[in-house]
Amino acid sequence: MSEIIKNFESMIDNPDYKFTHGKLRIIQVNVGKLCNLSCKHCHVDAGPNRTEIMTRETMQHILRVLPNFETLDITGGAPEMNKNFCWLVDEAVKTGIHVIVRSNLVILHEKEYINIPEFLADRHVEIVASLPYYSENDCDKQRGSGTFKKIISMLKKLNSLGYGIDEKLILNLVYNPGGAFLPPNQDELEQQYKTRLMSDYGISFTHLFALTNNPLGRFENFLKRTNNYDKYMRKLYDSFNPAALENMMCRFQLSVGWDGQLYDCDFNQVLNLTINGVQNISELYEIHKRKIKFANHCYACTAGSGSSCGGATA
Amino acid sequence: METYYKPEDLGKFATMGEFAPDLWEKFMSYYSAVFESGALTKREKALIALAVAHAVQCPYCIDAYTQSCLENGANEEQMTEAVHVACALRGGAALVHGVQMKNVAKGLSF
Repeated sequence: MSEIIKNFESMIDNPDYKFTHGKLRIIQVNVGKLCNLSCKHCHVDAGPNRTEIMTRETMQHILRVLPNFETLDITGGAPEMNKNFCWLVDEAVKTGIHVIVRSNLVILHEKEYINIPEFLADRHVEIVASLPYYSENDCDKQRGSGTFKKIISMLKKLNSLGYGIDEKLILNLVYNPGGAFLPPNQDELEQQYKTRLMSDYGISFTHLFALTNNPLGRFENFLKRTNNYDKYMRKLYDSFNPAALENMMCRFQLSVGWDGQLYDCDFNQVLNLTINGVQNISELYEIHKRKIKFANHCYACTAGSGSSCGGATA
Repeated sequence: METYYKPEDLGKFATMGEFAPDLWEKFMSYYSAVFESGALTKREKALIALAVAHAVQCPYCIDAYTQSCLENGANEEQMTEAVHVACALRGGAALVHGVQMKNVAKGLSF
């Protein structure tokens, strides 16, 4: 079935959309694949046994290029598990750049990381937290047994620090589908989340991002194991929305792998598709407009309302 | 024909536009409008459709609206409750006709 899906790049009519935008906004940094969880949808295949971790030396190169960007977006794995995580956040905040940390929140219950919420709040770091649904069963099915209760109690703590309430303390949540289907309309789902999380737990948050699962890593294995891969790719292809091309996240960001290798996005990291041009952050001194490397997993970013690390794009 | 219902036949639904394209267009235009957000959200409409699909026992509709419910933000708990609504209505409809039975029986009995 997959052979009748056209090459993604052939779907891009406007040649400008095959290149990055003149000004990049975001540098997204994957500080390591080590994670306390092993979520079913994880394209990174992150987990407790992964050993790939970014060094402080690589982080120093990242700090050097920060003036070229508006936002530093730190992801993983569980980024908190990198022993240089707090150092990186601290140094980045000092430069005045907006810093985002993508947290599974569950990790923040562990003794070693218990002071991180206050640390992030003091520095006005934006938190993007995963919450696949507002019910225990759906959340635990995807992220592991007991995760929902821990996420809810951490969201309450973050609210108590002002996160999701004070406009300087942004707390965004991330929904992603619990299987081989597309996400709902982001605005409608956000309303649903806000109503239920407030009525059931008294929790506030800033915005919800509805993400499409990308057919890579652990999620790709699930699709293949359950004979859903071809159907899912077909669904992504049939839902191709040309209006989502202009704001694909790869056009506005540079993605850095744990070893400093440079990519157009976190998904290309999984495929080892490094960018056109300088290959490693240690050699990066000037940022030029570049031709993006596409493949058919890119259909996940253009299906329906579009999908990016910041939610819908169309 | 080994079975009356084949999953791939759902994809041939549009062939019902052959010989009656105007009627098909009108139906599809109306159909699309029905499922847009209005006083009810898309998720609520998908759950109603799922319940009706079970009431009319259409396997194509059950397949399509299970996916539609998931893609509109419903979970299995909500979908199961929707199916129970259909079940209650079908069961209740049978049971309430028991009154007809009683009326007939009373008319015939001492």
